Amino acid sequence: MEIFNNILIYFVIVPLLTLGGLALCRNQGIKAIRTVAVVGASVLMVLAAMLVKIFLDARAGGDTSEMILRTDVMWYAPFNVHLALGVDGVSVVMILLSAFIVFAGVFASWKMNPLPRQFFMWFFLLSTGVFGFFISIDLFTMFMFYEVALIPMYLLIGVWGSGNKNYSAMKLTLMLMGGSAFLMFGLIGIYFHSAPEGQPLTMNILDIAHNDAIPHNWQYVLFPMTFVGFGVLGAMFPFHTWSPDGHASAPTAVSMLHAGVLMKLGGYGCFRIAIYLMPFAANELAWIFLLLTGFSIVYGALSACVQTDLKYINAYSSVSHCGMVLFAILMFNTTAMTGAVMQMLSHGLMTALFFALIGMIYGRTHTRDIRDMGGMMHIMPYLGVGYVIAGLASLGLPGLSGFAAEMTIFFGSFQHTDTFHRVLTIMATTSIVVTAVYILRVVAKLLFGEVQDEHHRTLTDASWEERLSTATLILAVAAIGCFPNFFINIISSSFDPIVKALQAAMPAI
Amino acid sequence: MDFNLDYSQILLMPQEIGLLVVFVLVFLYDTFMPERSKRYTALFSVIMMAVYTAYCFCMPVVTGEAFGGMYESSAPTWVMKNILSLGVVLVLLQAVKWTDNDFVSIRRGEFYELTLLTLFGMFLMISARHFLLFVIGLETASLPIAALAAFEKRYYESHEAAAKYIFTAIFSSAIFLLGISFVYGMSGSLYFRDIATALIGNQSALLIAALAFVIAGVGFKLSLVPFHLWTADVYQGSPTAVTSYLSVISKGAAAFSFLIILVQVFGAAYSEAWEWMLYALIVLTITLGNLFAVRQRNLKRFLAFSSISQAGYIMLGVIAVNVMGMASMIYYVLVYIFSNLAAFGVIAAIERQTGRVTMDDYNGLFKTNPWLAFTMMLAMFSLGGIPVFAGFFSKFFIFMGAWNQGSVAICTLVFIALVNTIISLYYYLLVVKAMFLRQDDCVIPTIKSHWTERTGLILCVLGIIFLGLLSCVYTAIYGSVEAISAMFNAVQ
Repeated sequence: MEIFNNILIYFVIVPLLTLGGLALCRNQGIKAIRTVAVVGASVLMVLAAMLVKIFLDARAGGDTSEMILRTDVMWYAPFNVHLALGVDGVSVVMILLSAFIVFAGVFASWKMNPLPRQFFMWFFLLSTGVFGFFISIDLFTMFMFYEVALIPMYLLIGVWGSGNKNYSAMKLTLMLMGGSAFLMFGLIGIYFHSAPEGQPLTMNILDIAHNDAIPHNWQYVLFPMTFVGFGVLGAMFPFHTWSPDGHASAPTAVSMLHAGVLMKLGGYGCFRIAIYLMPFAANELAWIFLLLTGFSIVYGALSACVQTDLKYINAYSSVSHCGMVLFAILMFNTTAMTGAVMQMLSHGLMTALFFALIGMIYGRTHTRDIRDMGGMMHIMPYLGVGYVIAGLASLGLPGLSGFAAEMTIFFGSFQHTDTFHRVLTIMATTSIVVTAVYILRVVAKLLFGEVQDEHHRTLTDASWEERLSTATLILAVAAIGCFPNFFINIISSSFDPIVKALQAAMPAI
Repeated sequence: MDFNLDYSQILLMPQEIGLLVVFVLVFLYDTFMPERSKRYTALFSVIMMAVYTAYCFCMPVVTGEAFGGMYESSAPTWVMKNILSLGVVLVLLQAVKWTDNDFVSIRRGEFYELTLLTLFGMFLMISARHFLLFVIGLETASLPIAALAAFEKRYYESHEAAAKYIFTAIFSSAIFLLGISFVYGMSGSLYFRDIATALIGNQSALLIAALAFVIAGVGFKLSLVPFHLWTADVYQGSPTAVTSYLSVISKGAAAFSFLIILVQVFGAAYSEAWEWMLYALIVLTITLGNLFAVRQRNLKRFLAFSSISQAGYIMLGVIAVNVMGMASMIYYVLVYIFSNLAAFGVIAAIERQTGRVTMDDYNGLFKTNPWLAFTMMLAMFSLGGIPVFAGFFSKFFIFMGAWNQGSVAICTLVFIALVNTIISLYYYLLVVKAMFLRQDDCVIPTIKSHWTERTGLILCVLGIIFLGLLSCVYTAIYGSVEAISAMFNAVQ
């Protein structure tokens, strides 16, 4: 089987093997379960590092093909569905991000209770879906993995969550699945117009983009369907309401994985499928979604200012930051789109870090309300410092990841010379200020305020696995901030075909 | 036409003959074996049926027409019958332990004999190319089910179910026959082929009326809304083994023969008459079935409404009138058999030992019966169309088949169906929620299920997981339907 010579397939096989290994640990106790999970996550990290190396070597070696590591195996012949693998720079960094978060997530859920074995099994099923989505270039398999990543959320939140978990789990699942119903409609429509009359229909993204055969009137229907379908997962206003409730109820590692990686599936799908395959409608309808995402950015940031639950603050901040991802994607130039992927990376790591820290604080204080807490910097300095770093990354301090991402986005956005784009960009930039407000408010109250509860003085600082989990993420956030060019070089060339398709579809003026 | 019966024609129907042989063997075993061996009747029939099914799967396909064109065996009918036989094996296997209880065991043999007999009727429905033979098949398939529904004589509900079923069956047969008599009046023949030729270009109101009656008649069997009113009560009142038989095998056979009749007999009237009739029925069936299912607390009623809405999805493959649609529909029924039987298997196992069937009884089931809960969850995910389970593939493919028909109206229908999948996902998740998320003080105690029940469930779970991932299943079905793709040329 030639497919097993491709490193990409192991991103699906390894989580599945881990899942199988966990299934076998029935009577082995917590140690065996942790070992299996850590081994699985570490292997994924190594694989991701190897993939980056392979990608850089290929590009350095002059391989300029759009996707590398292509493998194609026929799956369902009647529909021309293939198991088609391939990655470009964006997928590579997304895989790297996912591997980081899975790794950190395993350590963040070290003391998961009850049913740790089942928890990790669902956790790895979810990551199977995530990796599978990023390595596929066939619409059917992409969609399949997309849904595989969504459904474990229901049980992960419902069983292991906290607070109003039944409601949140159902709301999140139904809204995301509603999005994927739109998406399924869009994908079937794309398939039936994927090739010119007389040629075999195809599910392969590259072939569809190459054929560019979707009639314009159908693009007007299918583009919004697909964009909204992915936009729901990307927390686009007004489809973001699952996000605060879902994140607030989810257990730590699930919040990390969900905000860190799963929401990126939305942004990734938006440009890889919606925009790339239907550039005409993308050009025509972008203004609607620009308005929506522009509104998301400001609205999310302002909402975060008035929340008192740490997780809600972070969830609304995610709405704002993920809105920025979609906003930048819709700017349709290489700089802004590169910024969007940088923002995905940055937000993924930073939010995962936030959620990890919040989970650790909550595990000690048993409250997430900032009114009930204070002075944590003295009580748990390690976690406090971590929180400050995450906060600074979030408000865009140079040297950390947020700055690199947001600067790129606003530079790219401002390249548009028309009033509409400029006004929106200026509006979006105000969110930086608002972000500073809510981050500093939390830092001041939570870390440096008065101790609210004498019982809190007895709490301990982070344990070794918590330190490991957060340190991994902090290092990654700093790495992106200090060496953004490394990532930008990987990413930016991947957008050439997409931008080219968009320019070709733009009406001549 | 040659009316001298050539007995070698009978060899064209090996599946029916094989089934009859199984039936006769079971009958002889049940009648003549000494009393102490009779408790093995159940196992004996399961094994015979399994051997027969395995044999049919291995046998090369026999194609041809018999009895002057009244009967036809083709590649798709062969596959359809095999799928139904496979489903029956699972149903019988899951019923083995139930037929052991004191009230049922004296009539144990009857359950198996009647079930096999109805299956024989369904085979005739699928293969009939003449309305007389079709009606014989229809009646053979319906009447014994009423007896089966009344099998738990000690329960009032069981009687009620049987009475409701028999009245509905007779009523729907009458309506169906009325439609057929109109058709006979217009064409002067009962052969599908002759009618199809006679109806080309016919746009009379009588044809519309005839079609309406035919669709209503079969619609009762398929429990399409608004002909569904009997479904919930019959499903709830019948013994669970019979309910599962009704919901998958009976429905599957009706769907298969419905497709054949509509395309082969009325193909010429597609866009004139039955496309919009079926369109309306599908929208109603999917939507109302879903909305009613949301409110059910009794799991058997719940699955009754869920199966109503599933029938709507199955009909998407009929309205598609193309090879892809028909293949997807057959595949959908296959997947549906496995998913639904997994759900009913769990319900039956729990009901047999505790007598509890409401959703609230299942609260916290995961704590005490993890495997049963897990199986139920897979069944719900598959019915709801979640990957990587087979239900996802069958839903996706049936939408593809429908869209392939090409008109914007059908694309809209696909959209309506897709929106409905969200509602259906909601109530399927309610069951998962009860089992995994909720707690209860009086949880169902840990159940030791019988090995036959377990085997049945394991087979269902394997089916749910692998029917989709292994593409050869669908490809084989597609290949068999492609062999008769000429059938769709008549559609206008």
